[in-house]
Amino acid sequence: MRISLGAVSRPLESLKFKTGDWATRIPNVDEDKCIGCGECSMYCPEGCIELVRIDIKKVARVDYDYCKGCGICNYVCPAEAISIVEKVIK
Amino acid sequence: MFFAKGHGACPGCALPIAVRNVLEALDGKCFVVNPTGCLEIISSQYGRSAWGVPYIHSLFENAPAVASGIANALKVLGREDEGHVVVFAGDGATSDIGVGYLSSMLHRNDNVLYICLDNEAYQNTGNQQSSQTPLGASTTTTPAGRILPGKTLRRKDMIAFALAHGTPYVASASVAFPRDIRRKAKRAVEFEGSKYIHIHCPCVTGWGFDSSDTIKVAKLAYETALFPIVEFEYGVLVRVKKIKKRKPVEEYLKIQRRFRHLFRHPEGLKIIKEIQRIADENAERYGLDV
Amino acid sequence: MIKVVRGFYAVAYAVKLCKPDVICAYPITPQTEIVENLAEMYANGELERCSYITAESEFEAASILVGASATGARTFTATCSQGLILMAEVLLNAAGMRLPILIVNTNRALSAPLSIWNDLQDSLLLRDAGIIQMYVENNQEVHELIPQAYKIAEKVMFPFMICMDGFKLTHAYEPIDLLDQEFVDSFLPEYDPPIKLTTKNPLTFGSYAPPHCYMEFRYRMHNDMLKAKKVMEDVFKEWAEIRRDWGGLVEYKEGKTVLISMGSLVEIVKDVAEELNLGYLKIRAFRPFPYDEIRRILGDCENVIIFDRAISVGYEGVITIDVKNALYGCSPDVYSFIVGLGGRDVPKDLIVRCVEKVLDRKVKPGYYFEGLKEFEEVIY
Repeated sequence: MRISLGAVSRPLESLKFKTGDWATRIPNVDEDKCIGCGECSMYCPEGCIELVRIDIKKVARVDYDYCKGCGICNYVCPAEAISIVEKVIK
Repeated sequence: MFFAKGHGACPGCALPIAVRNVLEALDGKCFVVNPTGCLEIISSQYGRSAWGVPYIHSLFENAPAVASGIANALKVLGREDEGHVVVFAGDGATSDIGVGYLSSMLHRNDNVLYICLDNEAYQNTGNQQSSQTPLGASTTTTPAGRILPGKTLRRKDMIAFALAHGTPYVASASVAFPRDIRRKAKRAVEFEGSKYIHIHCPCVTGWGFDSSDTIKVAKLAYETALFPIVEFEYGVLVRVKKIKKRKPVEEYLKIQRRFRHLFRHPEGLKIIKEIQRIADENAERYGLDV
Repeated sequence: MIKVVRGFYAVAYAVKLCKPDVICAYPITPQTEIVENLAEMYANGELERCSYITAESEFEAASILVGASATGARTFTATCSQGLILMAEVLLNAAGMRLPILIVNTNRALSAPLSIWNDLQDSLLLRDAGIIQMYVENNQEVHELIPQAYKIAEKVMFPFMICMDGFKLTHAYEPIDLLDQEFVDSFLPEYDPPIKLTTKNPLTFGSYAPPHCYMEFRYRMHNDMLKAKKVMEDVFKEWAEIRRDWGGLVEYKEGKTVLISMGSLVEIVKDVAEELNLGYLKIRAFRPFPYDEIRRILGDCENVIIFDRAISVGYEGVITIDVKNALYGCSPDVYSFIVGLGGRDVPKDLIVRCVEKVLDRKVKPGYYFEGLKEFEEVIY
C-alpha cells in the first residue's frame, strides 16, 4: 500500500472504480432519433455520455461502466431519443 | 479530464453537474479549494481522487481563508497565470460555520471565485438543517412532527451578504441551466477581486425525489421564483432570468418528500401561504415576472 | 551588528532576513509587536516579494497560511494563548498535511481566568499535534533559531513552533548581535517543496483516509517526527560551526542533582546550578522529545528537580509527566516544582529554596506548587 506525504492523492484515480454496477436501470440511445445536441452530455452527473461521430452526424454514446442509471439524460433529451430500460444483469 | 467518472455521488446528484460545467468553462485552469461536505467526500478519498486539477481540502469552515492564502501565494510567487482559485463549498460551510471567514475573504477582495453549491442542508451527514434550508422543509434536526411543521425560519440571503461587502461580481445560478453556469463562470473571472456565485443543487437523497427529476426540481425552483436567478456587477443588478409564466409554489413543494407534510399538517396551509409570499416577494424584488 | 532591541524586534528582523512569501497576522498580547514590526517593514518596502495579510482571527491566519504553504510559499505567523488554541484545529490539519509553517508562540497563560502573563500552558497543550516545538532561553537564541527553524521545517515537512516567554523575552531589551542578509542567504536556501499545488502536477491535497489506511499515515507521521531529530541535530551542528553553538535537542551540565527547566527560566536555573555546583538540563526541543538524551544524561543521577510552568489539571506538571516517563526504570528521585503560573514571578531565591528543600531531604519525591500565597476558598 502506498502511503503518501500528508495524504496527498494522485489525480483521476477514481476511474478505477466502475460505478456502472450501481445501476438498476440504464439509458438506451436511439441513434436515429438522436440529433447530437449534447444536452445529455452537459447534464450527466457522471460525465459518462460522449458525442461520437457516426457518418455525417454526431450521436450520444453512454459509458455503461460508469452510468449509475439516474435517468437525467432521458429527462433533458429534446428529441426524446433516450429511453430508460431495466438493466439486465447476467 | 478535470473531474473524472467513478466518483461516489448519489445517482442524479446535482453537485457534479455544477462542478463539471464550471471546470469546463474555465478549461481546467483552476486551483480548487473544497471544504468538508458531500463534494469532498465523494471525490477525494485517498487513492480515489476524481480531480484532474490541483485540489486542496483543509477543514470544514476555512475554505475561503485557504483560498485567500493560495491567491496571495500565487501573486507573490508570480504564478497567477497558472489558473484561477475556485472554491466549491456547500451551503453549510458557506452560510453557517464558514460565514465569518467568507466575510473576511470578501472584505479583503482576494482574487478568488467562490461558488456555493447549495443543496439546502448538511446533506453529507444526512440532511440536517442549515441556514439555507427553506421555510417549511423537514430535515432531521427540524423534522415535521405532530406539533412542529419542519423549519420555521427563512433562508439567509447570501446574495445580499456578498453584495454587502462590495463584491465585484455576485450571481445566482441553477443546475437546470448549465449553459448559464458556464457563462457566469467565464464572466466572473473577468473581474479582479472576489466573485460569488450561488448555484442551486437539488439533492435526490435529502429532498426526496426520483433521481431522474433533479433538473425538473431545479427548474421548478426557478419557475416558482423560490430560487431567483440574478446577476450583479459592481453592486448593480445587470441581469435576471425572467419567468414567462410563474408557477404556484405547490407544484414545487408537492414533488419533494421534505415538503409533503405541509399538505397534511395543521400548520401546513399557513406555511404554504408564507412560502408563496416569499416567492412573490422575490419576483417583485428582482422583477422576475415577464 | 550589535543593537539593543526588544525581543519582538529581534524576531521580526530575523523573519525579514529569511525572506518569507506570505505573512499573516492577528493581534494578541504579547505577540502583537512582532507582527506590527513586520507590518512596518512591509510598509517601508523592506519585505520584498512578500504578501502581508491581516486576518480576522488566528484561525483564519493559520488557514491562509495552509493555502499559501501548500502552494509553495514560505510562511510566518505569531500568536499565543487563546489565539494558539483557536488555531489548533488548523495547526493539527497542517501537521497532518505536512506543511512547514513557522509559528512564533509568545507563551502566555490560558483563560479562564483571563491572563496576559507568561507561563507554558498554551504551547504544551499542543504537544501531541505533530508540530516541532522548541523553547528559547533568551532573545539572541530566538533570533538565531528562526533561520534554523525554516531550514529544518522545510526539510522534514512539519510545522515548527518556536516558543519564547511572553513579556519576559518579547518585551525585554537586550543587546542582540543581529544576523546579516548575506549570512542568512548562504545558510537558508529558497523554499522548494517536493509537492505543491500547481496545474503542472495536479495533485489532490487533504484526502480523507478510511480505517484501512489512516493508521499508516499517522505511523508515518510519528516516524518522520522521530527521524526529524537527526535533521535538527545536523542543522544545529552546521549553525554551531558557522555561527554559535547552542547545543542539541538539550543543553546540559552533568551532576548528581540536575535542575531541569525550559524557556527563559533556564537563565536563572543555570545561575543557581553554577552557584550550588549542581547539574542543569535545558530542554530546547520538547517535540520531538529528547527521550534518549534524558535517559542517558539523567539515568544515573540521584536527584532530578524539574521546574514546571504548566499543569495537566487533575494530574501533574506537563514537563514532569514527559520527563518521568523517559526515566522509567532508571534510578533518580524526581521532584517537581510548579512555579510561575500566569506570570507569577520566579525569583532566584525561590529556585534556591526549592533546591534546598530537596537537598535537605525536607520533601519526598513528588510534585509541589511553589510560590503560592495564603488564600481562603469562597463562592463569591
